[in-house]
Amino acid sequence: MIRKDFYTVVSNVQEAADTFRMVLECPEMPELHAGQFVDIMIDGKYLRRPISVCHAAEGRLTLMYKVVGEGTAVMSGMEPGTKLDIMAPLGNGFNVSACEESALLVGGGLGAAPMYFLAKELLAQGKKVNVVLGFNRAPELVLIEDFRGLGIEPMVATMDGSVGTKGFVTDAIAQNKPEYDIFYTCGPLPMMKALCAFTGIHGQCSLEERMGCGAGFCYGCACHTKSGGKRVCKDGPVFDKEEIIW
Amino acid sequence: MVKDLSVNLCGIDMVNPVVPASGTFGFGLELADSMDLNKIGGISLKGTTREARYGNESPRIAECPSGMINSVGLQNPGIDVLVEEKAPSLRRIYDNCIIANISGFSIEEYAYNVAKADKCSEIDIIEVNISCPNVHNGGMAFGTSAESAAQVTAAVRKETTKPLFIKLSPNVTDIVSIAKACEAAGADGITLVNTFLGMRIDIKKRKPVIANKMGGFSGNAIFPIAVRMVYQVSHACKIPVMGCGGVSSAEDVIEMMMAGATAVQVGAENLRNPWACPEIVDALPGVMEKLGIDSLKDIIGIIE
Repeated sequence: MIRKDFYTVVSNVQEAADTFRMVLECPEMPELHAGQFVDIMIDGKYLRRPISVCHAAEGRLTLMYKVVGEGTAVMSGMEPGTKLDIMAPLGNGFNVSACEESALLVGGGLGAAPMYFLAKELLAQGKKVNVVLGFNRAPELVLIEDFRGLGIEPMVATMDGSVGTKGFVTDAIAQNKPEYDIFYTCGPLPMMKALCAFTGIHGQCSLEERMGCGAGFCYGCACHTKSGGKRVCKDGPVFDKEEIIW
Repeated sequence: MVKDLSVNLCGIDMVNPVVPASGTFGFGLELADSMDLNKIGGISLKGTTREARYGNESPRIAECPSGMINSVGLQNPGIDVLVEEKAPSLRRIYDNCIIANISGFSIEEYAYNVAKADKCSEIDIIEVNISCPNVHNGGMAFGTSAESAAQVTAAVRKETTKPLFIKLSPNVTDIVSIAKACEAAGADGITLVNTFLGMRIDIKKRKPVIANKMGGFSGNAIFPIAVRMVYQVSHACKIPVMGCGGVSSAEDVIEMMMAGATAVQVGAENLRNPWACPEIVDALPGVMEKLGIDSLKDIIGIIE
């Protein structure tokens, strides 16, 4: 069941280049899982803004967002105490039970945000978690300390080589050789496509598309899959690697 | 006193005039567990073609000031799924007016689809969308000329005894002549307006926001144009009008009805707020009280 509630901004701080962490509070917040998203009404904007969940527990919601357009620019100026109309839970999250023993989590840029939530869920199931994060350059790094707080040291790749392995996430995986029986990923399409080609192991990818309703009834965010047309918002955003037509 | 929200549309008693517009509410089933559907007077289902369609490539959505552009391209599971699965499933949980929205790319396809919908006992009203391109006539939309609009109307009229609404495109020079042609060809009612053809360009990427370049513009921004067209058509035709275009509040519903609408469709607003229709129904009695309206039937077309 989808619901809308007013959430109160507790904090909203810049953490990296153009990247903000917003913490919100709502006692009525529904249960949310890694890979799901929420849809936020923003004053002066027509459509809600879909933002993936970085963490959600006990009435507290954490979102990481990058200022990429007018909607997120408005969000970046929001003060603590601001009330936001948020629709949740939306989309199908990652399937944690598909992991047998150990997982590889790969986040590109802000794709790191759902990976943090997923790492927590996997650890709670007693799984081993390897994390690889890719960024263009050092000032974009996010959530590194949060992963360390979970006892995970993320393998980092940067395009300019300023931190970790120079190059793509696949270069960091090739260098560090983590063991895993499934991978989970969220990030730019070319990165996820390269990752799927790089590894022969099964995985799940979180896709992104411009959305209308966010809840599966407007058909604004379709994608082709091997089992026909799907709605990114409702049938996804997480799809099995084998389903995706790149 | 208790406010009377009911209206009568072509002999069908509706508990209220509020109807989610086709394409903005799926088949009603998607939101069934998130709201009380039975608060809504009628539901216009997702536009349906003969065969299942994927529709257009993504991106299909563009944000605009006070509105949005969509270019879904009639993604739907096909007429057989509508009449065999979707309409019966909705009827099991929904007591009010079910409106099937029918599309086609040829007159024969429209007639075929309407004949199928006619035999579906769960469907109360058939609404025919004539904004689709005619594949036999260079892709020009059926609804852009009085002649082709009348041809579609006459062809589908032969296939059904159910109340038949023709949904008009506003992208025309003279909406009244097209509405009158549909009325003369046997339509029982007119739904207007569909979306306005629009376009956005991403100035950083130097390319259209929407994969299909252009799409249908809807939302609050089109409300005054829709009110004008509802006013013109309802005063020129004897058949009832379902008003549509930019409606987002109980006040908008009342304005549309004063312009001449018997029922009022809510479109793009559902995409921002899936609960828009039940919220509008809940708000209507209070707004009617403030305006001294006891029955919505009393205000239909009161603007001379």
